[in-house]
Amino acid sequence: MVPDTQLIAADVHKPKLAVWKFTSCDGCQLSLLDCEDELLLLAKEVEIAYFLEASSKVEEGPYDISLVEGSITTPNDVLRIQEVRRQSRFLVCIGACATAGGIQSLRNFADVSEFTSVVYAEPEYIETLKDSTPISAHVPVDFELQGCPINKLQLLEVISAFLNQRAPQVAAHSVCIECKLKGNVCVWVAHGTLCMGPVTHAGCGALCPSYNRGCYACYGPKENPNSESLCHWWAEKLGADKATIIENLRNYNALAKHFKVKSKEWDQGRKGKT
Amino acid sequence: MAGNSKTIKVEYLARVEGEGALFIRYDDTEVHEVKLKIFEPPRFFEAFLRGRDYTEAPDITARICGICPVAYQMSALHAMENALDLVVTPELRTLRRLLYCGEWIESHMLHVSMLHAPDFLGYPNAVAMAKDHPEVVRQALEIKKAGNALVRMLGGREVHPINVRVGGFYRAPKSEQMDGLRDQLSTARDLAGQICRWAAKLPFPDNTQEIEYVSLVNPDEYPMNEGRIRSSRGLDISVEDYEKHFREEQVPHSTALHSVLVERGAYLVGPLARFNLNYPRLSPLVRQIADELNFKPPCNNPFKSIVVRCLEVLYAFDEALRIIDNYQPPAQPYLATEPQRASGCAATEAPRGLLYHRYEIDQRGKITHAKIVAPTSQNQKTIEHDLRQMLPKFMHLPESQLQGLCERAIRNYDPCISCSTHFLQLHLQHDQRGCS
Ligand code: SF4
Ligand code: SF4
Repeated sequence: MVPDTQLIAADVHKPKLAVWKFTSCDGCQLSLLDCEDELLLLAKEVEIAYFLEASSKVEEGPYDISLVEGSITTPNDVLRIQEVRRQSRFLVCIGACATAGGIQSLRNFADVSEFTSVVYAEPEYIETLKDSTPISAHVPVDFELQGCPINKLQLLEVISAFLNQRAPQVAAHSVCIECKLKGNVCVWVAHGTLCMGPVTHAGCGALCPSYNRGCYACYGPKENPNSESLCHWWAEKLGADKATIIENLRNYNALAKHFKVKSKEWDQGRKGKT
Repeated sequence: MAGNSKTIKVEYLARVEGEGALFIRYDDTEVHEVKLKIFEPPRFFEAFLRGRDYTEAPDITARICGICPVAYQMSALHAMENALDLVVTPELRTLRRLLYCGEWIESHMLHVSMLHAPDFLGYPNAVAMAKDHPEVVRQALEIKKAGNALVRMLGGREVHPINVRVGGFYRAPKSEQMDGLRDQLSTARDLAGQICRWAAKLPFPDNTQEIEYVSLVNPDEYPMNEGRIRSSRGLDISVEDYEKHFREEQVPHSTALHSVLVERGAYLVGPLARFNLNYPRLSPLVRQIADELNFKPPCNNPFKSIVVRCLEVLYAFDEALRIIDNYQPPAQPYLATEPQRASGCAATEAPRGLLYHRYEIDQRGKITHAKIVAPTSQNQKTIEHDLRQMLPKFMHLPESQLQGLCERAIRNYDPCISCSTHFLQLHLQHDQRGCS
């Protein structure tokens, strides 16, 4: 049931929450609005001081917690994120865009001026940076919540951890472990399906293998992944070609350090066959 | 220029998805300039899709928009299947329709309750509105939750579902999963009926517009995944001919691409267009409630789009329940596909309106060309026209109220600015005082 709206108190001393958007699809901030059961309760605990997608009321900073969605792709973004940092006690990055450049970081591996001319008739109007970069490339961040999109329950956990001044409890193991906990049949072992599960960060509840498909790593790399071994298995046992391996490392989290390094190594031909 | 020239500037539009700004220059008698500025940075989907595998298009293009990912998935799948000459079975087609029902509910209810309704009642957001109107907000959240549950059941999760693939679904739902949703959906359908009645009584500013409406039209059903493209002024073409009749233009006063009907200029896609062109294909329940509310097509006041969204939500529940009641798991969750050198296109009805995709792929199945035209880019010119036509009627209002009204007029269209594949970066002119 949606909680009783009368519970919302008009307390002015509540911690201030701000939600900022950079280059992104809005999916991660939407996760907050998708908390139908918890949204009004959350509004009781924090003051939603800045959240343009949801409110035209804008409170001045500073803010106690800033949730930042999106990657940095324009000169103005660079200035804006610094201002957000200055105004925020805790800065939490949400989603693959903010933590690992997002799908738009595929431009970093290509020529952005050529990209611009593919999409736009008059590319000279485009003011965009050569690269799409995660927030941590520009300012210090207090916590990164991975996922494209993030898991809304994990988001609530992170917010309540900061409100209660404790560390967020977000598992850092792999999707594989979630799969085992769920009792899924392994799509790789049983069907020879390419799966990034062994190196991908938990959080989705092993969604793709539960639907008979391989994981495409939308939650980014887990802690200490061994994708070297994974890619070799793909190449040797499943016959994956170099392009496929690179494509799997370079998608929604292409700039996550580990994926970036590995994809570069494979691209430069130091690994595997072409 | 007249001495009493005034400007309205809204630097960041609130309660829309994505980033946009508005600039209007007017004086006591005339509106000189209206610019809806989109400054969402470009994300280059059409460029980086090249070289990716054709099977990836639905997952990748879903990331264009977190509010309507299913729409991108549906258009991408259909375009790829069109390229590969693949026609899915009626069972799979119906399941896709069910998924779209879920997305219409989620997205429309988000817009109705959190972005739009607060405007009519004078609140900055839904949380503030909830203090005085707890029942309506609670009901709206309950309705949206049922839509989310439907998308989650079929797609795996609400945002960026993982279960759709070229050829069908990775896994078809079991009958029990469908049954498990029935109660929640039928309770929410009742609530949706109440919300329709509530929305129809909101105070609507008088703003009748002359608009050409464009939507898919399908002889037997309210349009979602396929149909011919028709307009209220007689256009009737197949989706294959879309690019012959619709063109995207760069306009000198704005830095955003505007889509136009080659023959005639601005047009509107979205709920109002669908409703006006497809009213007879709504379910009997929806027509009965529309009747009771005396809400008939043509509806030419964009402020009333909130009522149409509610009626479409009701329709989506009705349709979803009909599909669930007749559900038999398909023999195969998907049809196998083999890549070949080919090109194909498709249009589907995203919550915000017609969404067109076209792809070319090579013999290995790698994408060589992609074109995506989002609903908001098609509606931009109409939004500006609307403001131009509306303003003279409300010039007597104090400036702050007029500004609020303009923002509301934009929110009528539920513009989704994150669909930025096609939008140009704006050279920001926040400090500009009027124009020479
Ligand atoms: S991480 Fe994914 S879901 Fe989140 S904003 Fe970026 S593209 Fe959207
Ligand atoms: S791609 Fe991987 S991380 Fe993402 S939902 Fe699927 S299984 Fe989970």
